[in-house]
Amino acid sequence: MNRPILAVDNLEVSFHTQSGIVDAVRGVSFSLQKGETLAIVGESGSGKSVTAKSILGLLPKQIASKRAGKIIYEGKNILEFSLRKMQALRGAEISMVFQDPMTSLNPTMTIGKQLMEGLYRHRKVSKAKAAQKAVEMLQMVGIPNAEERVNTYPHQFSGGMRQRVVIAMALACDPKILIADEPTTALDVTIQAQIMDLMRNLQKKTGTAIILITHDLGVVAKMAQKVAVMYAGEIVETGPVEDIFYRPMHPYTRGLLQSMPRLDAPRDEPLIPIPGFPPDLSHPQRGCPFAPRCAHVMKVCNAFFPLPKETHNGHMAKCWLLDERANHRDRLVRECREVSDHG
Amino acid sequence: MDKSSVLIEVNHLKKHFPVGKNKMLQAIDDVSFHIHRGETLGLVGESGCGKSTLGRTLIQLYEPDSGEIIFDGQKLNSNAGVTERREYTRKMQMIYQDPYSSLNARMTVMEIISEGLIVHRPGLLKEERRRRVIELLELVGLSPKHVNRYPHEFSGGQRQRIGIARALAVEPQFIVADEPIAALDVSIQAQIVNLLKQLQREKQLTYLFIAHDLSMVKYISDRIAVMYLGQLMELVHSEELYRRPLHPYTEALLSAIPIPDPRLELSRERIVLQGDVPNPITPPSGCRFHTRCPKVMDICSTVQPQFTEAAPYHYVRCHLYGSKEVVACPE
Repeated sequence: MNRPILAVDNLEVSFHTQSGIVDAVRGVSFSLQKGETLAIVGESGSGKSVTAKSILGLLPKQIASKRAGKIIYEGKNILEFSLRKMQALRGAEISMVFQDPMTSLNPTMTIGKQLMEGLYRHRKVSKAKAAQKAVEMLQMVGIPNAEERVNTYPHQFSGGMRQRVVIAMALACDPKILIADEPTTALDVTIQAQIMDLMRNLQKKTGTAIILITHDLGVVAKMAQKVAVMYAGEIVETGPVEDIFYRPMHPYTRGLLQSMPRLDAPRDEPLIPIPGFPPDLSHPQRGCPFAPRCAHVMKVCNAFFPLPKETHNGHMAKCWLLDERANHRDRLVRECREVSDHG
Repeated sequence: MDKSSVLIEVNHLKKHFPVGKNKMLQAIDDVSFHIHRGETLGLVGESGCGKSTLGRTLIQLYEPDSGEIIFDGQKLNSNAGVTERREYTRKMQMIYQDPYSSLNARMTVMEIISEGLIVHRPGLLKEERRRRVIELLELVGLSPKHVNRYPHEFSGGQRQRIGIARALAVEPQFIVADEPIAALDVSIQAQIVNLLKQLQREKQLTYLFIAHDLSMVKYISDRIAVMYLGQLMELVHSEELYRRPLHPYTEALLSAIPIPDPRLELSRERIVLQGDVPNPITPPSGCRFHTRCPKVMDICSTVQPQFTEAAPYHYVRCHLYGSKEVVACPE
């Protein structure tokens, strides 16, 4: 395999909040190849957005009290970058598209000005050149009459058109990585289909690697080659998209897939919800974070954290069921206890 | 069709909102349908199509401009007196989308759920009210010890259960559920949908289920109505809508939903609609969908199609069906 363009290694992020320290990201590792789309899925509070924001250094130091691990981009650990070095990277090498296109555009600046900002900063181009590129970018994302629209303000665009503008801005400097945090969640389905098509076509043209953060497994199936499923600040399962959908190993992934009705399924088939609700990360418990909601919970799950188990081609899950000793539960608990006592 | 099996009947309902000088936002225009007792009618459409306005007009939160609503054999009259009005508002309740803003943060669960009881069953003693609230909490899967807590102490899914208990407190016959699961996490959505289905069976409730998530709508609804720019475009049994959609808008809507199945997604043909939904203040002439329709004909931009029964129990508003003699050959 080629050297990955981005490698996140054992990332940890904690926040200081009024109710104590919250461990939002607890040891996340993944890698991203050139031109690939990795989808990070999970429920709200699972740490997927925090992971994405750490890559861009967008978490304020005062709040994100603890960070550990490495984020390697082109051989350098960007987690340790200074603000100045990070600013040179943002928008130029790695850029981001946020969920809500209204709040990520400046309402008092024309679309054209906002598009040109990044070009001035990172590409040192002349004004005329930047203006021309801004029009080109708008054309590329499918905005009609780009020459005129470039001088209009965000409020003159619809939600879908605004998200196109945000994507144009993110891609203006030809970044190597695009992080898209729920890019279609605020949009209607017919507009969502347009934006997904646009992102896929642009990726084919530019070869940008995409990290797609979403909770919609349908969007994942359409867009991603690789999937990471997050729960309680950890990646509990990751692998190629087909493995995740057709051969899920973690009970949480299976639960997510079962709790969604399918268009082609008959109506009388009951939905199988995941009972309970996600854990409170300010009071993390011992053992597997999914144990209180898991249908297959064993004694060991409540006491010890499951280790990652990898099968072929990078399909990994953290679950005690995958341990070969799972059929001998008492032995499993005993041996884990011995390990932890010595450790 | 047996008339007595119909709980709510809507004929040519219209609701326009004034926006600025001489401008009207045409939120609902010429909408007709009925819902049977114990049935769930799904209502889908994109944001701004008027689906929430329709739900709110049905339960008399808005007064319709014209058209009639017949509930349980009785025509709803906006000039009705307080007692009469109270009687039918008790029978119709609403569950809201956002479980955060729809519960008063300064009231306890007891106060929230019993508020309707105080209005509609004033004879009830305090102790009886309390017993009733506890019954309701257990019914929606919460614990009696939650009765004195405040909304902020609950998760989104639990709050939605409180909202459901509040709606059920006054023993309604008809419930408008306005995107009740849209704000919830995927793993919680199925819990709430299963609860709504179970309550419907136990209490013979009739639902209008408003949503934009078509896969969930299909799962919960007996029939589905598709709305676009204030008008119903198609109305049919839910299995039939997915098997044989007639309206080009329904086809596009169905093909736009991403399916959680990577192989299927790769092989699927997709109709991607161009452009955005037009402004409801100045909707397009003729058929409101003609500006985005992949099958647009000459007639579509001038003549508004009627909502007709194109196949048995399958209603559609499109020139491709019905009034065939008008369509004729384009050349």
